[in-house]
Amino acid sequence: MFDTLLGVLGLSAFSLKGFGPLLLEGAWMTVKLSLSSLALSVLLGLIGASAKLSSLKLLRLPAQLYTTLIRGVPDLVLMLLIFYSLQTWLTLITASLGWEYIEINPFVAGVITLGFIYGAYFTETFRGAMLAVPRGQVEAATAYGLSRAQRFRFVMFPQMMRFALPGLGNNWMVILKATALVSIIGLADLVKAAQDAGKSTYQLFFFLVLAALTYLVITSLSNLVLRCLERHYAVGSREAVR
Amino acid sequence: MIELLQEYWRPFFYSDGQQITGLAMTFWLLSASLLIGFIVSIPLSIARVSPRFYVRWPVQFYTYLFRGTPLYIQLLICYTGIYSLAAIRAQPVLDAFFRDAMNCTILAFALNTCAYTTEIFAGAIRNIAHGEVEAAKAYGLSGWKLYAFVIMPSALRRSLPYYSNEVILMLHSTTVAFTATVPDILKVARDANSATFLTFQSFGIAALIYLAVTFALVGLFRIAERHWLAFLGPTH
Repeated sequence: MFDTLLGVLGLSAFSLKGFGPLLLEGAWMTVKLSLSSLALSVLLGLIGASAKLSSLKLLRLPAQLYTTLIRGVPDLVLMLLIFYSLQTWLTLITASLGWEYIEINPFVAGVITLGFIYGAYFTETFRGAMLAVPRGQVEAATAYGLSRAQRFRFVMFPQMMRFALPGLGNNWMVILKATALVSIIGLADLVKAAQDAGKSTYQLFFFLVLAALTYLVITSLSNLVLRCLERHYAVGSREAVR
Repeated sequence: MIELLQEYWRPFFYSDGQQITGLAMTFWLLSASLLIGFIVSIPLSIARVSPRFYVRWPVQFYTYLFRGTPLYIQLLICYTGIYSLAAIRAQPVLDAFFRDAMNCTILAFALNTCAYTTEIFAGAIRNIAHGEVEAAKAYGLSGWKLYAFVIMPSALRRSLPYYSNEVILMLHSTTVAFTATVPDILKVARDANSATFLTFQSFGIAALIYLAVTFALVGLFRIAERHWLAFLGPTH
């Protein structure tokens, strides 16, 4: 129906040639992958930041090693390294335990890989944000008898989010754009769909530009959401009056 | 890992016997795209902060496009997309340019880093101390002289920490070049992997080389910052 409409308007050059569902599936895969990786990397980032700020050297050292090594190596190299090694390692483990061969789902492997890489970036973001919250806040919470979990949930987290949001938004954009690379490790994302559609219709340029525009729409939408979040977490700060 | 290095250290660092590969190729990609990006971004960043709407807007649109889309797609468009257009192949000059993978890769990288660099420099120009510009104006500087002798030297110095970040990110981004058949470090690692099946070792060596280059660049920029940003430090 969409194609007939384009035909009537004389725009049949912009027809998707029946590749619409494939592209939509690819775009959905990209969104799913980026959101899952975001969740994992935020979790790893919170753990990493807490470890980095811990008074125990045993926790600080591995966290320091994690952020330095991961942020010093290109994400694509790590992606290939981890993605291909995950299966080898798992096979080694299952073989030595005498279990059956388990094949890792490529989507799960992709999420683990991306989440592990960007967890290092989030560790740095959250560490900076936690340091920006005045010490007295946590001390006061302790004096009121709040437990460790309560201190984090009600005092630390809401305040550090204000400082973490700009970095968080930045990292989200980087993750989103990094998902374009997963087609290299064989996941059927937006880029893969656009390449397949372009190759079979001989309109590679058109479909690649379409994929780029889809990314542009997603990044622009995320910018809007981030601005709303920034306003939400700025509640109680003086700059919010601006 | 040692055997792999013994067999592959030459392609990993400089050449496979026929062409430049590995680290040398990565350096070439990085410096060519950074140089072009730097030169073009200076006039663009001045245009980006222009009070005139029709000067500012095209630059803003360009940086929005290139910062909002992944570099990998930009490379694919440059390398496979543009060459698939019949109109491009019909022009002998364009046909010769876009047939070469190296040209397409450097074009895509330069356009990408130029967009980020433009925003970095524009931000620095915008945040320049008012007094500096007023003093320059009081000395009778205006127009291009104001920019050439006061605003740009100050803005470029102050953007050094952000620019060093961009250089590291660009180094890491050059890894997508292998998808356009450019033989950089990662391409050598992939070839080594498919020849020996030593996956962890092959990519591990590539990771270590990138790590070493990253640390070297960070160190160099720290020295540069101490030199050019000394005036921002605490007074003795």
